[in-house]
Amino acid sequence: MSGSGRKVKNYRHPGSGRGQGRPQPKGRQVDPDAQDEIRALLGDRSRQRDLLIEYLHLIQDRYHCLSAAHLSALAEEMRMPMAEIFETATFYAHFDVVKEGESPPPALTVRVCDSLTCEMMGARALLEALAGASGDGFRVVRAPCMGRCDTAPVAEVGHHHVDHATPEGVLDAVKSGQTHAEIPDYRPLDAYRADGGYTLLADCVAGKRDFEEIAKALDDAGLRGLGGAGFPTGRKWRIVRGFPGPRLMAVNADEGEPGTFKDRYYLERDPHRFLEGVLIAAWAVECEAVYVYLRDEYPAVREILLEEIKALEQAGLAAHTKLHLRRGAGAYICGEESSMIESIEGKRGLPRHRPPYVAEVGVFGRPTLVQNVETMYWVRDIVEKGADWFAGHGRHGGKGLRSYSVSGRVKEPGVKLAPAGVTVRELIEEFCGGMAEGHSFKAYLPGGASGGILPASMGDLPLEFGKLEEHGCFVGSHAVVVLSDKDSMKDAAINLMRFFEDESCGQCTPCRVGTEKAVKLMVEPKWDEPLLKELGQAMTDASICGLGQAAANPLKSVMKYFREEIT
Amino acid sequence: MSEPIRFTLDGFDVEAREGESIWQVAFRHGIRIPHLCYSPAPGYRADGNCRACMVEVEGERVLAASCIRKPTPGMTVRTDTDRAKFSRTMVMELLVADQPPREVAHEHDSKLWNWAESMSVEQSRFPSRGAPAPDPSHKAMRVNLDACIHCNLCVRACREVQVNDVIGMAYRGIGSKIVFDFDDPMGESTCVACGECVQACPTGALMEATLVDDNGADRRLELDEVASVCPYCGVGCQITYQIKENEIVAVQGRDGPANHNRLCVKGRFGFDYVKHPHRLTKPLIRRDDAPKDPDCEVDPANPMTHFREASWEEALDFAAEGLRRIRDRDGSKALAGFGSAKGSNEEAYLVQKLVRTGFGTNNVDHCTRLCHASSVAALLEGIGSGAVTAPFTACLDSDVIIVIGANPTENHPVAATFFKQAAKRATLIVMDPRGQALRRHATHMLQFRPGTDVALLNAMLNVIVTEELYDRQYVEAQTEGFENLKRHIQDFTPEAMQDICGIDADTIRTVARKYAKAERAIIFWGMGISQHVHGTDNARCLIALSLITGQVGRPGTGLHPLRGQNNVQGASDAGLIPMVFPDYQSVEVEDIRKRFEDVWGTALDPKKGLTVVEIMDAVHDDVIKGMYIMGENPAMSDPDVQHAREGLAKLEHLVVQDIFLTETAYHADVVLPASAWPEKDGTVTNTNRQVQMGRKALEMPGEARQDWWIIQEIARRIGLDWNYESVADVFAEMATVMPSLNNITWQRLLDESAVTYPCEAPDKPGNDIVFGEGFPTPDGRGKLVPASIVPPDERPDDEFPMVLSTGRQLEHWHTGAITRRASVLDSLEPEAVASLNPRDMRRLGISAGERVRVSTRRGIIELKCRKDAAIQEGMVFIPFCYAEAAANLLTNPALDPFGKIPEFKFCAARVEPAGAAEAA
Repeated sequence: MSGSGRKVKNYRHPGSGRGQGRPQPKGRQVDPDAQDEIRALLGDRSRQRDLLIEYLHLIQDRYHCLSAAHLSALAEEMRMPMAEIFETATFYAHFDVVKEGESPPPALTVRVCDSLTCEMMGARALLEALAGASGDGFRVVRAPCMGRCDTAPVAEVGHHHVDHATPEGVLDAVKSGQTHAEIPDYRPLDAYRADGGYTLLADCVAGKRDFEEIAKALDDAGLRGLGGAGFPTGRKWRIVRGFPGPRLMAVNADEGEPGTFKDRYYLERDPHRFLEGVLIAAWAVECEAVYVYLRDEYPAVREILLEEIKALEQAGLAAHTKLHLRRGAGAYICGEESSMIESIEGKRGLPRHRPPYVAEVGVFGRPTLVQNVETMYWVRDIVEKGADWFAGHGRHGGKGLRSYSVSGRVKEPGVKLAPAGVTVRELIEEFCGGMAEGHSFKAYLPGGASGGILPASMGDLPLEFGKLEEHGCFVGSHAVVVLSDKDSMKDAAINLMRFFEDESCGQCTPCRVGTEKAVKLMVEPKWDEPLLKELGQAMTDASICGLGQAAANPLKSVMKYFREEIT
Repeated sequence: MSEPIRFTLDGFDVEAREGESIWQVAFRHGIRIPHLCYSPAPGYRADGNCRACMVEVEGERVLAASCIRKPTPGMTVRTDTDRAKFSRTMVMELLVADQPPREVAHEHDSKLWNWAESMSVEQSRFPSRGAPAPDPSHKAMRVNLDACIHCNLCVRACREVQVNDVIGMAYRGIGSKIVFDFDDPMGESTCVACGECVQACPTGALMEATLVDDNGADRRLELDEVASVCPYCGVGCQITYQIKENEIVAVQGRDGPANHNRLCVKGRFGFDYVKHPHRLTKPLIRRDDAPKDPDCEVDPANPMTHFREASWEEALDFAAEGLRRIRDRDGSKALAGFGSAKGSNEEAYLVQKLVRTGFGTNNVDHCTRLCHASSVAALLEGIGSGAVTAPFTACLDSDVIIVIGANPTENHPVAATFFKQAAKRATLIVMDPRGQALRRHATHMLQFRPGTDVALLNAMLNVIVTEELYDRQYVEAQTEGFENLKRHIQDFTPEAMQDICGIDADTIRTVARKYAKAERAIIFWGMGISQHVHGTDNARCLIALSLITGQVGRPGTGLHPLRGQNNVQGASDAGLIPMVFPDYQSVEVEDIRKRFEDVWGTALDPKKGLTVVEIMDAVHDDVIKGMYIMGENPAMSDPDVQHAREGLAKLEHLVVQDIFLTETAYHADVVLPASAWPEKDGTVTNTNRQVQMGRKALEMPGEARQDWWIIQEIARRIGLDWNYESVADVFAEMATVMPSLNNITWQRLLDESAVTYPCEAPDKPGNDIVFGEGFPTPDGRGKLVPASIVPPDERPDDEFPMVLSTGRQLEHWHTGAITRRASVLDSLEPEAVASLNPRDMRRLGISAGERVRVSTRRGIIELKCRKDAAIQEGMVFIPFCYAEAAANLLTNPALDPFGKIPEFKFCAARVEPAGAAEAA
């Protein structure tokens, strides 16, 4: 019987007959044009999962947003679930996810920093003025600390930073198309080598120096982790080295603690002193690869490092390891070392539970040496100049040198290389030319947003690890913000709590819900102190990571030292 | 086993077992610590995010989450300090602040509210945030994120337990949000509605739609629960029915050996068919004025156009009288019976016993013929046993997993969850002409040309033999026929085969090496292997791969044909096969037959009977005149189904026993209303050889009767002296003739719910992995049987240039009789679709959603086109469950010579636009 002879008949069926079958499989399908675009953009780059954030940047840079079509094509290309791509893309502030039917943002973004120092210096007025002026072609968004607090208020037009920003200055940059990062004058490889740079590294790699010798120099110098935790560096090297390989290294260049800008300061001036430290550490701990995780707020540094790492590799100076530069995407939490590791792996920056510590289970589950930029910056000098040179500095029981990022109501803000243990009064008077005109010293943040707030009456405490804890504060990354009689402590605390609310990763209840509830309670004219105290204690005791544990510090400080402002 | 860890817990010295958290140790010691984001259910990793379980560890600055923190030797932990209790309470108060009030909660007795109540935190002093909008887009589930506490259990459910990868936790901080894909409405996402998230959610933010009212508030039904097993596929998931007033309102997964609480959309949301108005509730006898016709259609909502109601007495007498008349007039060979793999083991046993002892013939078969008959033929020949050598969960121990000719995410969804989990660690090699969801998890996806299985597999064998990657010792000790195989596959080099199968030689070499060199490798296959005229050859190749590499009989190794129906293993074991008595004992061996004659007390037919397709042919040939069909639907499931319908219409007497008036029943002389699975007790055997207990949960509607009772009543009326008083009686008799049931009793199954066979002692678990010490063949060796390339029976040509392949889809079961009457499943896949490759669609001028006409030499159907890049160019795929466009009107009835299985997976077809779109 021939098929063509048979008549088509619509048979009865037991279904309700009410529905319409889908014209395609379930859910969003990959658009072939978007797939072609993504393939062209990625080229022959590896599709490995940990490069997800790098590829999201590629798309965002090229198309000024992440369209749903591109994201689903990327998911297909990387063989990842759409949900996993989406959760990563929406976690980071510098990505704009645009779904079908939504309009993409303007090609140019102006970010205005509204973290504490910038707010004190007029960020709010700047934002309002710019919001009125924004229109076709650019948008204005608020952003957290850009690490230029000494030139507050600050705005970023595309990747071009406008220091001491005014509405006019920002609009000029927009109009004139100044959207690229300005590369500062820094010491390039040749100059650094001419000055004896990389001799120490060469000696190490050549076996002229041994691990013990280097580690002992660091021990004797008392070098500690200068990202904020202050863990003795030499000891850390020994610990990580004790775990079976293969080992990795991650460098935390995600300097996001509001008020902190010392790492940028060094990277923009003498990047090779930092890189040599990194390469010595990788040699010492025998790390197969190094991941330098740089915050996206430092585009100039990124260009410097891309250039100089290439130069280093061409010079054959980094042959004992592999240097990877990874780009953050706007998330303060990624300065927390385990979040940073998650981000290096291409995921959302959620802090990990400890134990296990990252020294044992770090990047890709391997033992990992995590170091801050400045810590590595000092390695060469300590070994070459001798541990005593470094350890010989110090005041009030402190030992070594510290780079204090000073901002706020002082005459000469900036990075101040000072003896460890210096007091804020000494910093203001000896290093910053005194208080700014018309301001009298009222209070200070000894350690950025999370280190709490102390009154001027406690201005003689040494700014050093372990010295402020009994007062509910800590020195952390040595970011000192000076406040005056013109500043409201309550407003400062609200600014800081809003920052934590914005930057909480959302993983744990005390921090995610706690920061949100705290802001709601703190904007009230009169604070519900008992409830805020209870909340603060739970946040400190029960949060997973340092962000949540420290988020209540400014709140507690205000209730402790500045009660008159909240009752 | 490492030393236990001793530490102090609330002042007591305690020991932690390996891997235990503080919470788990505390729980074992009777200490109840609140927990929300932690679920003790199997498969759920602790995440430590809710912070409701904080405890104090001496010497630590902050508190620790007891669910994720492991004790260390000498640690001092206190769960009962004010500080710990304070934090736990505060966490609860923070969460309660943003919850909808308990009176209107989506789940009144959620874990969250129960803990809040026990901690006396039912009010919060904190201001609340705005509530996210509800998402009612899914037919089966309600998403109300106002109750979400971001515990991420649903994310783990979707991504780590089921590995469906739909749910994510997107955005950041207080803006964090549970999303489906790209924050899409659940109903428009890639969600496959397994419902694992709903089962995991501790707050009611994700709920079964049936459990909440129109406003999303808990209906607060007081539900009864009955433990049973899912009636759909061969995975055999254990379930708990939740019942209100004789209605199944919801279903939860139970911790069975095959599912560990997991279910798929059918098992969780596919049960309201039992209450469908089409249920048969009275016996029906065909009206004298309703002539039989192959094209006869009856409205199941109104069968009175063709039938009249009858009493049970009249209907049973009528049914039996017709069968008896034909037997007595034309002899036993004029009768045949179909049992069902959807019924219980006991029902299957009774049907084959009825046909063999009552009808006097071995003309008894069931749908195993249409699914794995060729696999079973090859397995019996090669290793002496038709069942799997290892459960599918063995893949978790494998280094290399081959899935060939199977689409488990659609057809064995819960088995697929284990494959996907295993693939996170192991090498997964998927081989199938059709792309599929497993592809994303696979190390290699070999989308070979349809019908070229033997070429591909022989090339793999060639690589393994010529590169000497086979296990010489195993081959020598445990197999026979190696030299013959070696000679045979000599010419099947990858280079010679690559153009035939479409997979380049390098890839063939790579996967062959990976499989052979693996410490532990396992092969799973489905009907892509079996439903060909060379189905037995396909399976022979797989068996040879496994045997020459010694990848069988050890943990993580084996051969596993994924069985289709929930009880196709059990029905086959019970003897619903024309060649064998229960436990595959040949009807043609005199000793065996004699034994059964003794037990059953009657002479038995010494010749093997006819198979499913052969029976229909015999009807056409005027040999078979009467049939008894219990729970099968050949009018939809046979190849070239018009031929089958003509046969059914031609029968002098057709007795159909079913729960719905199926397409087969249209042609019946008498229809006997039977029991649905949730209405009866009985055992079933899944693909893993796990015999499981199904329990009655509902009363039958109207005058419907238990199937075993109906079979017995017919038996009695055709002269058999049957006196079973219960299903348990039947099981007891089966156990006497089936050595596979040794040490497995009805009572044991009631107690344990599942026992694997073979089982060596009443107090021992069964053997998951078999044949570590040789095979149940006469000489104990596995037999290597070479296979040559046999082309598909009907190849594409100018008139019919494409290849039609048929199969199932996730939401529908077999011929759709049940699932199309299950409201959720019907709404998810409401109409017939033909899936085509986008390039073919462009070439043919067809757009997605347009109606197409698909024709073959046997018939024409029209249906909606689905654009699916997973379909290979030149192919069209049509599920066979849709009566309005029955794919089997098109399929080729050519049979595999050994398994007698039709070639459902390949025939020549033409696809064209159907013309102007019809109104919906």
